[in-house]
Amino acid sequence: MKKRIFVTLKPGVLDPQGRAVHHALDGLGYAGVNDVRIGRLIELDVADDVSDETIAEMCEKLLANMVIENYRIEDAG
Amino acid sequence: MNSAVITFPGSNCDRDMMVALRDVFGKAPTQVWHRDTALPDNLDFIALPGGFSYGDYLRSGAMAANSPIMREVKAAAERGVPALGVCNGFQVLTEAGLLPGALMRNAGQHFVCRDVALKVENAQTLFTAAYDAGETITIPVAHHDGNYFADEATLDALEGDGRVVFRYTQATNGSRRDIAGIVNAGGNVLGMMPHPERAIDPAHGGTDGRRLFQAVMEGLAATA
Repeated sequence: MKKRIFVTLKPGVLDPQGRAVHHALDGLGYAGVNDVRIGRLIELDVADDVSDETIAEMCEKLLANMVIENYRIEDAG
Repeated sequence: MNSAVITFPGSNCDRDMMVALRDVFGKAPTQVWHRDTALPDNLDFIALPGGFSYGDYLRSGAMAANSPIMREVKAAAERGVPALGVCNGFQVLTEAGLLPGALMRNAGQHFVCRDVALKVENAQTLFTAAYDAGETITIPVAHHDGNYFADEATLDALEGDGRVVFRYTQATNGSRRDIAGIVNAGGNVLGMMPHPERAIDPAHGGTDGRRLFQAVMEGLAATA
């Protein structure tokens, strides 16, 4: 069973990488980009009996830093 | 003084830290490997050195915080054994939950490597008793992820409890409130981005870091 975990910065946490990429997009002439926030995608291949609760535990213990990040778990087939 | 320096794969300031501890404490520290499952007996002081543990995979300090020896470091710190985390060591301490907040990528995106002026905000900790309150000291920094973040309530609590120990006198990396170093509630765990072990000998260009280790030695001798 495959799961996708999206780890994103919490709202309000400054994202220097996103800001730099935003500047680069501006430099390439793409107008209309209001904001850029960069996160991380983690793909997990887990046994079928691993529950989303267990995956949430993995996120909170290691995969995300709950001080600055949120996570979202998605089924990926 | 029985001290230990924890070495993770990718630590690169562990030898500098060992030289500093041997020089100031007068006794060589024990080098402890990340896979070890026990710390030396009768340990007086633990240092988590700078570097790029586990290649900064996932987040700086995140993998090291979950390595076998960290269970022992946490237990020792909770018993009151003094622990110092410098640079990557500070990142490991926050990731391990021994200190609040997180260290993010520098706001300017650049690796910052230079001497910085620090204000000693609290000169009454075990680590800072050899400084004067409000004194400005010079210690080098060398980091990419030193941008200290915590929410406003946490920052207010840290400030209110005198747990902000060192502050940059000039914006350095985007840290909230220019925080360079904090202690835990018990006062026995200090995390800081600047490298005191790189300022212990006149040949380093300064000796302001030396007094931090002297303070620890004198503080522990006074309570022994």
